[in-house]
Amino acid sequence: MEGDIAQMGQFIGAGIAGLGAGLAALGVGNVAGNFLAGALRNPSAAASQTATLFIGIAFAEALGIFAFLTALLLMFAV
Amino acid sequence: MATESTNSSNTTKSGNGRMIAFGLIALAVVLYILGLTDSYESGLSIKPMDQFAVYPLFGDGPVRWYTPTNATLWMGLAVLSIAVLMVMGTGGRAVIPSRSQSMAELAYGFIRKMVEDVAGKDALPYFPYIFTAFLFILFANFLALIPTSFSPTSHIAVTVILALTVFISVTVIGFVKNGATFLSLFWVTSAPLVLRPILAVIELISYFVRPVSHSVRLAGAVMAGHAVLKVFAGFAGVMGAASVAPIIGVIAIYGLEVLVAAIQAYVFTILTCVYLKDALHPHH
Repeated sequence: MEGDIAQMGQFIGAGIAGLGAGLAALGVGNVAGNFLAGALRNPSAAASQTATLFIGIAFAEALGIFAFLTALLLMFAV
Repeated sequence: MATESTNSSNTTKSGNGRMIAFGLIALAVVLYILGLTDSYESGLSIKPMDQFAVYPLFGDGPVRWYTPTNATLWMGLAVLSIAVLMVMGTGGRAVIPSRSQSMAELAYGFIRKMVEDVAGKDALPYFPYIFTAFLFILFANFLALIPTSFSPTSHIAVTVILALTVFISVTVIGFVKNGATFLSLFWVTSAPLVLRPILAVIELISYFVRPVSHSVRLAGAVMAGHAVLKVFAGFAGVMGAASVAPIIGVIAIYGLEVLVAAIQAYVFTILTCVYLKDALHPHH
């Protein structure tokens, strides 16, 4: 065992921050699933809404990215 | 007719057989090479982040801003291939397009329609930059999928420049086009009056966080995908005959990465359009 307790805390914190990426996956899945449910009800309107789908996915994903960024900062910058 | 159809089905069958045989031979060669390398690389030694190292192309000196590195090489190759596609595509100007011309026209029409649909007709003067950024990210992502190549878009330094360019120019465009009324972007008039100052703070934070998520999304997706590929490749190196499983996994993830490369370029571009729409029409 090498390293000190502060480094151990960094690694544990980075691991916990990684959970945020998985939680963002819930949000992205929610957006895509609801889009599919709506698209199957009205397939003719689906094609015009794919841009909205991707914008929604990007915004839901943004908060997962902050979790990933926190993990990166804890691993390499702190 | 009947003979023709049987003939065509026969050719496709033999084509499939040839493909499968080719795949099996390729797999055997890969396994043989793995068997050769297994002898001196014993133990699980996965270094998935080594592929992102930036090093000078010539010599071993320090990397300065003017040093030609592998990042410079692959960004230059991306620019070169875009130039070749566009020059070849616009050279003929045929009524019945050649393959390169239809690819160039497809990309142009796709992005032009996106800018017009998402950001509105008055965003079309900014279309050339958006198209350039899209093609650069797309080609850099696709070239990065060549084994042993380098992925410039996996570096936050590259994507931050792309995102900051969009952020600064969008802010400047917003103030130039709308003057002080651009600030009404942060004053949500559809909300109750009590909530508006709180919402203004939230909107302000989300405005300044845009370049962060804009850049880290692209870099993170590309970097994570390539690191996963390397981790699976590392498994394949130490598992002997059972390394067929990780090799199939690598092939599957590679297919996913092709998809991610295109989708991330698309998402970056469409978010640029959304930000541009906010700058041109700040009223909620």
